[in-house]
Amino acid sequence: MDPKTYKFDTLSLHAGYQPSKNAGSRQVPIYQTTSYMFDDVDHAAALFNLERGGHIYSRMSNPTVQVLEERVCALEGGTAALATASGMSAIFLTIMTLCNAGDHMVVSSQLYGGTVNLFRLTLPKFGIKTTFVKPRDTEGFKKAIQPNTKGIFGELVGNPGNELMNMPEVSNIAKEAGIPLIIDSTYQTPYLCRPFEHGADLVVHSLTKWMSGNGSSMAGILVEGGTFDWMQNDKFPSMTEPYEGYHGLSFAEEFGPTAFTMMARAEGMRDMGPCLAPQNAWNILHGLETLSLRMEKHCSNALKMVEYLSNHDSVAWVSHASAPGHPDKELAEKILPKGTGSMIAFGIKGGKEAGAAFINNVKLASHLANVGDARTLVIHPASATHSQMDEATLKFAGLSHDMIRLSVGLEDFEDIVNDFEDGFRAAKKPRLVANK
Amino acid sequence: MKFKVRGTDTFASTGGRPFDKNKPLIIFVHGSGLSHMVWVLQTRYFAFRGYSVLAVDLPGHGLSSGESLKTIEEMGNWVGDVIGAVGCKEASLVGHSQGCLVTMECVAQHPEKIKTLTLMGGASAIPMNPELLKLAEESNPKAVDLMMDFAHGPAGHFGGHPVPGLYHLNVGSMIVQNKEIKDTLGVDFRACDNYKNGPEIAKKLDLPTLSILGAQDRMCRLKDGKILADYIKGSEVKIIEDCGHMMLLEEADQTLEILKKFIAEHYPLPSK
Repeated sequence: MDPKTYKFDTLSLHAGYQPSKNAGSRQVPIYQTTSYMFDDVDHAAALFNLERGGHIYSRMSNPTVQVLEERVCALEGGTAALATASGMSAIFLTIMTLCNAGDHMVVSSQLYGGTVNLFRLTLPKFGIKTTFVKPRDTEGFKKAIQPNTKGIFGELVGNPGNELMNMPEVSNIAKEAGIPLIIDSTYQTPYLCRPFEHGADLVVHSLTKWMSGNGSSMAGILVEGGTFDWMQNDKFPSMTEPYEGYHGLSFAEEFGPTAFTMMARAEGMRDMGPCLAPQNAWNILHGLETLSLRMEKHCSNALKMVEYLSNHDSVAWVSHASAPGHPDKELAEKILPKGTGSMIAFGIKGGKEAGAAFINNVKLASHLANVGDARTLVIHPASATHSQMDEATLKFAGLSHDMIRLSVGLEDFEDIVNDFEDGFRAAKKPRLVANK
Repeated sequence: MKFKVRGTDTFASTGGRPFDKNKPLIIFVHGSGLSHMVWVLQTRYFAFRGYSVLAVDLPGHGLSSGESLKTIEEMGNWVGDVIGAVGCKEASLVGHSQGCLVTMECVAQHPEKIKTLTLMGGASAIPMNPELLKLAEESNPKAVDLMMDFAHGPAGHFGGHPVPGLYHLNVGSMIVQNKEIKDTLGVDFRACDNYKNGPEIAKKLDLPTLSILGAQDRMCRLKDGKILADYIKGSEVKIIEDCGHMMLLEEADQTLEILKKFIAEHYPLPSK
């Protein structure tokens, strides 16, 4: 006897939506609307006081966005989700729900540059400090925990260096300390890894990337695993103590495995308002329908690309957890059995100038500040995504000036290779080409 | 809030309002392996409208201490003791699934204390599938997956939770899995399987009773819910179409509306 609950591909098409409640519309409708009628005064009061479910105002929730939230939640195996205007706003909302002024976070050092800046420069303005730890330094995460630490945050596969954080072991450290582990799983999508199955408590995504795959819309999401016991210690009074904003409600007592998301919506969306536009939610839903198909091709193209680059005489080094000799290969095979994703970092011989020449001379691969598009993307992180870092921070984050970040797309592999050959040819004569 | 029942720490959600023993009391009793958290879309409404609400965690469940009670009879008696433990003399009861058996037993053992009875997804007997029972008693997570599968109707399997962003199959699953499965779900399933007094007790009930049934319920099938309602003198029956066993979450709004009307008619607030 086996449960007949729907599986991954079916959920990616159907979860969170019932046509019978939407005029029989097979496709999810776009509720391009701001506000929703109350039945009467009693109904309005009940909605405002979280006594019953429903929509009030699209800053808090919207029917189209709700489908996206439930769908991603189902795919991740979570209990609740909250979509936001971007991946960065999902991270900010998560930290602002988790922390108060005077609190501290332990954070992996290998992150998207914007996330580094958030923890290094912006959160201190709110009195929230961070200790950065290199992703492979598992013991370092433990040592960095202070009495006021409220969580550990990291990308499972770090951007852009592709170093893996040992999620199961770091999760054990977080559990021992009574704090949640938050994983930015943008690179993996739930197709490659469901972090809750490896000990994460909260997951954030930039849905702008592989989850949509079409490069059309900004979106982010926070997903709760329902695994963390907020009442196990006194570290999270805003979750466990009566909350003045809702007549003394204790989110942990009332909502248990969905308490964090409920609070993030009730407080964070109410007060900060980083809501997702329904049109963007709809665009992301379209992408999600083909998530499995796309991720399979992303990964197979990436594997071929790793082999091609590893054997190329213009390439100094290649970093991808599938590559022979990669320090995290064994861990990746355990946590990411379906594939290690389509992000590759490689060093080009000739350093920064060769890198610039390469990027200026590829035509099919797009030079831009995004990853996870269906199209192949390239960038030189030290001069773009991570350019706001000083030399020491760049080094600590595992970046070098010869590094090119490659997001492998879904094109025919041979076409990507032909394009790269043009780039490498130009990179061998960088001054000549760069100045033309 | 936390209070003592028979000397053991017991937790009950009060729906977000301070408990007041002078207000009419409604006690909500959860189903197998679950906790007070399944009732949030019913309890807060009544708590903010003049009632005192206790969505109890049975012993060993949710935030309550102690070991799970082994029989439906013990659980029914325990719910009766809750009323006195909080300084009240009477209450209305609302039960879901196993909670229906428990609340019927409570009425049978403490008839003077109970004013109305609401049974959601109930049946006069809940015999367990032997394989499911074995899995639960072995703490196998597959038991929870099977329970969530059976507990939700076809529409519920797609989601569409009344609270934006919640995916209720996983919410129920996590509530159960936050405890050792064999100590809660396993014990509860065995208690349900062993319980045979349902029909006889139902025939003796003599108080306003409401049955809320899901047309697509696969845990306690609609026909079994109707049979139970037929046993109870004057029982009111409301059927929610396109809904499974978890009507309190799957169709929370409809469930609340039906419950509101019944409580207003049979257990109204005292006039000022």
